[in-house]
Amino acid sequence: MSTRIFGSGIKRREDPRLITGEARYTDDIKLPGVLHMAVVRSPYAHANIVSIDSSAAEAMDGVVAVYTSEDIGDGLAGLPTAWLIPDSDLKTPEHPALAKGKARYVGDGVAIVLADDRYRAQDAADAVVVDYEELPAVIDPEEAAGEGAPLIHDDVEGNIAFRWVMGDREASDAVFDAADVVVSERILQQRLLPTAMETRAAMAQYNPATQELTLWCTSQNPHIHRFIISAVTGLNENKVRVIAPEVGGGFGSKIPCYPDEALVSWASMKLGVPVKWTETRSENYLITIHGRDHVQHVEMAAANDGTLLGVRATVYAGMGGYLSTAAPGIPTILHGLLYVGPYTMDSVFCESIGVMTNGTPTDAYRGAGRPEATFLLERMVDNVAREIGMDPVEVRRKNLIPAFEDGYEVATTLIYDSGDYPAAFEKALDMAGYGDFRAQQNSAAAEGRYLGIGVTTYTEMCGLGPSQVAGAVGFQGGLWESATVRVTPTGKVQALIGASPHGQGSETTLAQIISEELGFPVDDIEVIHGDTTETPMGWGTYGSRTTPVTGAALAQASRKLKEKARVLAGHLMEANVDDIEYADGSFSVKGSPDQAQSIQDVALMAHLAWNMPEGMDPGFEESQFYDPPNFVYPFGTHIAVVEVDAETGEIELQRYIAVDDCGPQINPEIVAGQIHGGVVQGVAQALCEGAIYSDDGQLLTGSMMDYCMPKADMFPNFELGETVTPSPHHPVGVKGVGETGTIASTPTVYNAVLDALAPLGVKQIDMPLTAAKVWSAIQDANGQEKPKRLGDLLNE
Amino acid sequence: MQVAITVNGVVHERDVDPRTLLVHFLREDLDMTGTKIGCDTSQCGACTVHLNGKVLKSCTLLAVQADGAEVTTIEGLAENGEHHPMQTAFWENHGLQCGYCTPGMIMASAAFARDNPGASESDIRHYLEGNICRCTGYHNIVKAVKQVADAAAGS
Repeated sequence: MSTRIFGSGIKRREDPRLITGEARYTDDIKLPGVLHMAVVRSPYAHANIVSIDSSAAEAMDGVVAVYTSEDIGDGLAGLPTAWLIPDSDLKTPEHPALAKGKARYVGDGVAIVLADDRYRAQDAADAVVVDYEELPAVIDPEEAAGEGAPLIHDDVEGNIAFRWVMGDREASDAVFDAADVVVSERILQQRLLPTAMETRAAMAQYNPATQELTLWCTSQNPHIHRFIISAVTGLNENKVRVIAPEVGGGFGSKIPCYPDEALVSWASMKLGVPVKWTETRSENYLITIHGRDHVQHVEMAAANDGTLLGVRATVYAGMGGYLSTAAPGIPTILHGLLYVGPYTMDSVFCESIGVMTNGTPTDAYRGAGRPEATFLLERMVDNVAREIGMDPVEVRRKNLIPAFEDGYEVATTLIYDSGDYPAAFEKALDMAGYGDFRAQQNSAAAEGRYLGIGVTTYTEMCGLGPSQVAGAVGFQGGLWESATVRVTPTGKVQALIGASPHGQGSETTLAQIISEELGFPVDDIEVIHGDTTETPMGWGTYGSRTTPVTGAALAQASRKLKEKARVLAGHLMEANVDDIEYADGSFSVKGSPDQAQSIQDVALMAHLAWNMPEGMDPGFEESQFYDPPNFVYPFGTHIAVVEVDAETGEIELQRYIAVDDCGPQINPEIVAGQIHGGVVQGVAQALCEGAIYSDDGQLLTGSMMDYCMPKADMFPNFELGETVTPSPHHPVGVKGVGETGTIASTPTVYNAVLDALAPLGVKQIDMPLTAAKVWSAIQDANGQEKPKRLGDLLNE
Repeated sequence: MQVAITVNGVVHERDVDPRTLLVHFLREDLDMTGTKIGCDTSQCGACTVHLNGKVLKSCTLLAVQADGAEVTTIEGLAENGEHHPMQTAFWENHGLQCGYCTPGMIMASAAFARDNPGASESDIRHYLEGNICRCTGYHNIVKAVKQVADAAAGS
């Protein structure tokens, strides 16, 4: 082999079907006789449902049936919460597929309509008359946890679903009381709309004769969907087949099992015909999970010389109207455990309060808890630097954990696997020319221009994760993966995996791992995923885990095959097995290179089984279950340079430098793509994205006209660099890279903007940093009276 | 209402509900599902097709308004079994991830590069405002479009 396939930025194997429009996503799949489901949704954030009159809808052309929660009765169990965090007094209020008596957020399902055409189904849904008694609503999580807030679930007292504490409060107090410097900030991690470009969709087909249900749906984890759909419908799990066909992005929003997926299943079982539902974008913004939604009260303690001593926070995390599938784990386990970051800081404390609100349920959104932790840490490091008059880069340099190759335990009890934070840090500073930047900033300031720079150092926990840890932290599942490498008689490979990639390029990356291990050309390797009947069990694609966990399973299954092949090749060549050498997909006898068997020859002979060594089974296929011994911890440094127009508040992102270390890169082009996309999502949180609700709980950013999605012209070309620190516990040393961009980029850009605004006296602005808010903050800092805006006048 | 719409060179005559959107006509009546729907407010561009050679978001037009027109969709972009240069450029430059915005992105970009040979990166970024991608961060999409626009200019 001339070039190593591992490490090569080859073109993606999934692309030909995607660039031609041939790929089939859920809504592209058509079944004869299908009925379309439309859902009648509550227009109120909080309301008693007094009565439902479906008679007009039922009489409309093409309408087959209208059902309410009363009709469903006990035909569907409530949607489960599957992350039961321990020691937190967790309450899990019932989450029925259709609201029973009360709606708890705008979009909560009240009834379903089944019709022969999607336009007619929607018309009929609009004709269902629901009489509501509106109740006071609450959206802000801190307010919802306060006295006098409307009670959302009778069995969740004070709206507090859980109270999770990490660390020792008294020990933390002692560190803070004795510290030279304590800085504090109230940080708003605004709600974000995940906005996978493909909205959700689900189609169910129940076969009454076999009592089997097939559910096609937009899922990041079809095996988890099977598990939950089986539980809520009462069907045996082996009678449920879940297929995630082509899936158009997820970012966490396609992890949960939603009411709609249960409803199409139930309706198909009830009516004996296929039932399909496809979300509109407006529905998607109302009912598909949102991300973030924290109000954080954060403090950091430091010494006058810049030594970081500790961090602590009280977090009010908005859960929305119901607890989504993994919701309780996000602002707790995936958040607090990251409070040390890459620093030698040994006092951490977090109290995270999960609060029911009348917003859309929240759950994992790209980064899931870790961006919220990294932001507060990096924000506070900059605040410390400003407070003691030290360069924020120097504060970071002084506190970074020195390089380590095999395990470093931090105060949150995590054991980081490997890292060389200073190397990535210095490389990024070099790329950015940080040494010259302050002078440029000063000369720009002399011209009345405001330049700013933001530097973030981070590490994060991904490649989720050891199943024993999953159990200990209340995750109601395992976190291992399994994979089968199946070689056909003609030497072509099918790799069957339980994970379910949906844009990550895993069909390519994973094929590269197998090719590297066994020598099959990458074009001869098909990675098969997404169908619970075709693939072995797996827990899904999220938490930057597919390459680390599934990749490890495939590497190990490949190594088993290679060992079998070596023994068989030795037998066929009548040589001692110890004399068999492997190189580039070929087995040869030491000292006589002419005598060789290719991996394809061996595969054929294993299938024919005419001449097997004693005790060896025929066939050429191996499976591996892989439970990682630890998480993986990618890390890096990101730097942004911005210019703020003080007259208008507009921000120009001029440069973005990202140095990330995810271990050896299997396909550098795919890694770069993950970082580009992640960075844009994180930068957009800093600069423009944010779900806005009215006081009565109406989502004001309910479409792409109102919710600010990042566009191409907001960004420069990104400047990427890397360092390579293998994970010591992983078979091929790789770490995950799906979320690093999102984790690092929000504080990077935020701090850059605040750096630019420092000379104007601006110290804090709630995200997103829209031009209007930046401009207002500049006016406030100047003590100038602001001209009144139309919105202010209307509010008076 | 009766319509006759030429899609990728083939005339399709159908009786459609007058309120049928062109994108639904393509996807539901003709089962040509390469054209996607990503929003309901004409922001995302996933449904972009060419109508009589011009770029159009097919969710903004009723099928009856396209009566007699020639429509090209992503399924009809390749010629003689060869990918269109923009399809090739997206593949070569890793200009896609989940692939959902890709058909619209490629249709919009193909017309742009044809009409704007040698377009600058900044022109491309401004032009792409009408097409939203959540995965790629646009970086490699811009590279792909630039590759074709440069080739069109003979540079």
